Amino acid sequence: MIESIVVYGLAIGAVYALIGITYNVMFTASRVFSFTAGAVGMLGGVFGALFINRLGLPVVVGFVLSLAGGALVGVVTEVVTVRPVLKSLEQHLYVLSTLAFALLIQQFTAIMWSTEPQPFPRLLPFGPGLLDQQFWIPVLACVATLVGLELLYRRTLVGRAFMAISEDTYAARAIGLPEQGLRMTSFALAGAIGALAGFAGGEVLLAFFANEPMLNFYGFVPVALGGMGNNRGAVVGGFALGLFQQAANFLVGGIFASVAVFVVFIIVLLVRPEGLAGAAAGRRV
Amino acid sequence: MADGMTSAPRPRTAGTGGQGWLQPLLPFLGLGAIAVCLPLVGDSYWSIIASRACIYWILVSGLNLVVGFGGQIAIGWVALLTLGAYTTSVLTAGTVTPAFSPYLALALSGVVGAIAGVIVGLPALRLRTFYFAMTTLGFATIVTQIALAWQSVTGGGVGVAGPVFPAPFDSSWGFYYFCLGLASICTWMTANIAASRFGRALVAIRDSEVAAEAAGISKPMLLVVVFLFSGAVAGIAGGLFASLQSYITPDAFTFDLSVLFFIAILIGGRGSIMGPLLGTILLTVLPEFAAPLVAWSTFLYAALLLVIVLVIPGGIAELLDFKNRRPLERHREIIPRPELLTDLLDANRKGTPLTLETITLSFGGVRAIDGLDLELRPGEVHGLIGPNGSGKTTTLNVISGYYAPDNGEVRLNGAVLAPKAPTTRAGHRIARTFQTPRLIGGASVLQNVMIGGSVDGHCTFAEAMLMLPRHLRDEATLRRSAMAALAIVGLDLLAAVRADRLQHSELRFMEIARALMLRPAFVLLDEPAAGLSAEEIRRLGALIVAITRTGTGVLLVEHHADLIFDICDRVTVLNLGKVLAAGTPAEIRSHREVVNAYLGA
Repeated sequence: MIESIVVYGLAIGAVYALIGITYNVMFTASRVFSFTAGAVGMLGGVFGALFINRLGLPVVVGFVLSLAGGALVGVVTEVVTVRPVLKSLEQHLYVLSTLAFALLIQQFTAIMWSTEPQPFPRLLPFGPGLLDQQFWIPVLACVATLVGLELLYRRTLVGRAFMAISEDTYAARAIGLPEQGLRMTSFALAGAIGALAGFAGGEVLLAFFANEPMLNFYGFVPVALGGMGNNRGAVVGGFALGLFQQAANFLVGGIFASVAVFVVFIIVLLVRPEGLAGAAAGRRV
Repeated sequence: MADGMTSAPRPRTAGTGGQGWLQPLLPFLGLGAIAVCLPLVGDSYWSIIASRACIYWILVSGLNLVVGFGGQIAIGWVALLTLGAYTTSVLTAGTVTPAFSPYLALALSGVVGAIAGVIVGLPALRLRTFYFAMTTLGFATIVTQIALAWQSVTGGGVGVAGPVFPAPFDSSWGFYYFCLGLASICTWMTANIAASRFGRALVAIRDSEVAAEAAGISKPMLLVVVFLFSGAVAGIAGGLFASLQSYITPDAFTFDLSVLFFIAILIGGRGSIMGPLLGTILLTVLPEFAAPLVAWSTFLYAALLLVIVLVIPGGIAELLDFKNRRPLERHREIIPRPELLTDLLDANRKGTPLTLETITLSFGGVRAIDGLDLELRPGEVHGLIGPNGSGKTTTLNVISGYYAPDNGEVRLNGAVLAPKAPTTRAGHRIARTFQTPRLIGGASVLQNVMIGGSVDGHCTFAEAMLMLPRHLRDEATLRRSAMAALAIVGLDLLAAVRADRLQHSELRFMEIARALMLRPAFVLLDEPAAGLSAEEIRRLGALIVAITRTGTGVLLVEHHADLIFDICDRVTVLNLGKVLAAGTPAEIRSHREVVNAYLGA
């Protein structure tokens, strides 16, 4: 039993971690947490099932198209729901604009795709058993994403420009960085990462429109645990959440698991709103 | 944002004329008349829709205080409807406990809702916007999952029968009148709260939390009572909802309902009662005319939400707020009337000095204040000057409790003022203004000023809700003082205007009026002359001097050297967090180091 808790917990935890990274990449570029993180996660699974199962495209093509679809949703999120709000005085309206857009995506999927969970294609001929591909593909995707982002942010000029914007938008604009373009790129990148989460975890989560609110919430828990914008923290938090949830699931049943996760989430937020690894906010008067 | 209070009925306390109180009531009376006559024109199918609108409004009326007035993004409120529905149904059915009367069960679901409302709401005391939205969303998810899984009580996916109320409320129109009655009471109560100091405090927290704290408004205490109230009405709405549905399963409480409640408030406009009421009716009735689109209803709600947020964030209430679209006079002049000060402040008060003892405060490695001693005496203007970054505003923030010093104490009357507790300062009669005026943009100038007197309100939330005499006395006193304060600073003609329409110099004087509402022992003014014309600065100086003549001590942080040397009794010069010089204006003006470092030759 312990083995299945671990492999399943790591797999689902990797998906949560990737959604957490999706939140973070958007947040780093815009100081905005977008409810569309769960939406692109959900779409990753639906796109995979649509392109590979229903349209019969090769796995590689389906994979690329799914990520491209996620990136497109990311761009639209930025243009439609984030850019206008950042220009207005009431910037916290982003909570509502991104929520509305995420709901639009969810409902559109429910109507056009299906309200029932649909099977996700098998990607590689490994399995069944504890080393089944459905368990290690999400973990691989998560680790690869984390390493890729670290290299991007620390080693490339574009990545440093991303960091500059997240540190101080005005200063970044003053030294001539194309803030708007970089923000849009970040949202595209976040969309692709979210879609990767849904695609890699497709066999576990299936192609199901109701995954969206679930991923929104459980994907945000790692962000709360690891600190806003902290990707390594999100990965650690995601795996911890996945293992904890699966252990509780097996030992005491799913309801208790949900309640326990919720309680832990609230307590962490109340005690350390900046995350377990974050720093406190600055002056306000 | 919309001016909240104009659309709320405000009998007796409103308006200046004799019949002024009736006008804001008319829309409510008209809507009520239509609602009462509805059975004459509609069939029993309409009774269900109308009952549903009433039930939704009972919930939304309470949520409106949280979202529309308090600005807290609580999106998972359907959880409270679920709790109320199951509580009433299970208690009435008597499967788990002895069977309760439906009325008692309904009242108990109000209690359960109130408790749950506080639990859902508590995170709002520490968390902002997205975080709070996420916790309410999480709560909604959890409640539905529990309803599904706790089969022995809730019947799981099979569900449980809703309560049936005894005659005369067992017929469909009878039940409708029951719901309508409760909805009317909720409307009345929330309108009373909105027009009370609690409603103003909520708007203050929404628009400028810092200003609210300086006025002594404690966000936790305020939000807890509002969440109690909002949870209670949501629980009762749940009980009625279960009765209307006659059978409830977890499927009945989708997240779509939360979205509907939320959109109703946003369509209506924040800080309004009538707007969200119309929004609720609209959203309940609209789907009945669009039956073929029923599968798309949530999609359309979401689209509507997006459009409202992006295009008309002020909602219906702002569209209907004609009064605040009338252009203001262009060339307005502020002429304070310091001679009226005695209307508000007792002359010749005897106070004790406010002292700072060896205050030290560092930010990271920077010593912002380095061993500062300062004594502010009643009835004197004390100037605090120095170059940028010398610690002037930081000193002011230590006195008013926004910063806790690393070392040293602030004392008044022999007692040490609690560090890092800005809401306690109003109780000590220490008022302040801000370097950038902190206005409550969605409220009128009068309401902005009334906020300053919050600590002098004596009535409880319940008294305000039920419009009991003590509340009315509070309101009358506050309003009179606020009008007096506005007359003193010369803004009385703009009392009814929404504060975010004022020009910069007017906001500076409005902040002073707000400070005067405390009948302060000390006023801390942070660069009050910044952005004022030379003539306005002269008038400001005269006003400040007049204020000190009544016994109030003033701490004046300023860069305008002329103003400082004209009106100050004593001046302290700071440099790098230390006192460079202190003394009378004449002494400072001839102090060699000050002239070299700051004033120039």
